[in-house]
Amino acid sequence: MKEAWLFTVQRLSALVLAPLVLLHLGVILYAVRDGLSAEEILARTQGSQLWGVVYGLFVFAAAIHAPIGLRAVLREWVGWRGAGLDIAMGLFGLLLLALGLRALAAVL
Amino acid sequence: MTARATKSRSRAGRIGGVSGSIVKCICPRGVKTGYDWSVMAALEVEIWRGEGNDGSWRCYAVPHQANQTVLDVVTHVQRHIDPSLAYRFACRVGMCGSCAMTVNGRPRWTCRTHVSRVSRKGRLRISPLRNLPVIRDLAVDMAPFFEKWRDAEARFVPSPVPVEEPVRPGEPARKAADAGIECINCAICYAACDSVAWNPDYPGPAALNRLWTLVNDRRDGDQDGHLEAAGTGCHLCRSHQECAEVCPTNLNPTTAIAGLKREVFRRTLARPPWEGRQ
Ligand code: SF4
Ligand code: FES
Repeated sequence: MKEAWLFTVQRLSALVLAPLVLLHLGVILYAVRDGLSAEEILARTQGSQLWGVVYGLFVFAAAIHAPIGLRAVLREWVGWRGAGLDIAMGLFGLLLLALGLRALAAVL
Repeated sequence: MTARATKSRSRAGRIGGVSGSIVKCICPRGVKTGYDWSVMAALEVEIWRGEGNDGSWRCYAVPHQANQTVLDVVTHVQRHIDPSLAYRFACRVGMCGSCAMTVNGRPRWTCRTHVSRVSRKGRLRISPLRNLPVIRDLAVDMAPFFEKWRDAEARFVPSPVPVEEPVRPGEPARKAADAGIECINCAICYAACDSVAWNPDYPGPAALNRLWTLVNDRRDGDQDGHLEAAGTGCHLCRSHQECAEVCPTNLNPTTAIAGLKREVFRRTLARPPWEGRQ
């Protein structure tokens, strides 16, 4: 049941991430078209609710998606199993969430 | 041991499902086995010999005959050259699934594999199946394969109430079940599968393929239990399709497993954990 849930939640977060990653790549291409500067980025993001929602969603989905994937990789390649792995991956997810939200807060 | 030697040893181990030192082998073309070698071409046959994980390749010269199968070659070695060779077969017509071995690096049903199709320049290299413990020579212990099958609960559970509506061959669920029904339990897919090699929790392609046929069988009384069981292992499939590539009866367990993943996804969404299992 737990495995089925992790599998399902990872698929759902992938559904959220797929369009957002494309959008993110598109924005990168657009943003660097004539050089990249902090002012330019801040001009686009500061005070923008739309970018706040988009990247907020991105950060949450990534913080869910990545630890589940990393857990599968570690189980398969290192043979690490059990509660220790689950706790470590939970902490990893929280770390991603904290870093992501911090970055988001800095540009909004 | 040097890094290079380690690498070649592990590669050899991967191919044959066995590890151990490889002896460079010069085939005894001059060996007399009661055949007139002047009229018959000889096959150079390397066979993995040994108990458990320890063993080495040994070479045999076997006369090449028309329509000869790999099983014929192994049988020739046992009957005419070395009676101590252990291997397994039963039906010899591709029904029982007991004759699977690794032939030139690929798992195959040896009773239906013609030498002319797989030998390379008259050479054959035959070893036990990968991913299963070797008992001796070419015979592997199939117990883990069937135990995982059992643990995945991949068995028919008769419906407690009679199925009123007749099952029609053309209905989509029946077609999906029929697509996977001809499994002969040979473990060839199990031997070919990297997910099996990497992950001891993975039930393997054959067990999951069977689960998918049951999920699509209206006469089965425990579809929910099958999906619950599938939920613990089907997501460990990486969709490499090695199973579909090697299955001798042309089944496609990857497609079956994709179906299970889809149904497990649906079932899990329909039933949040806080509602518990009904
Ligand atoms: S699915 Fe194919 S390869 Fe696998 S056990 Fe069944 S018949 Fe053999
Ligand atoms: S001996 Fe029965 S399948 Fe080959």
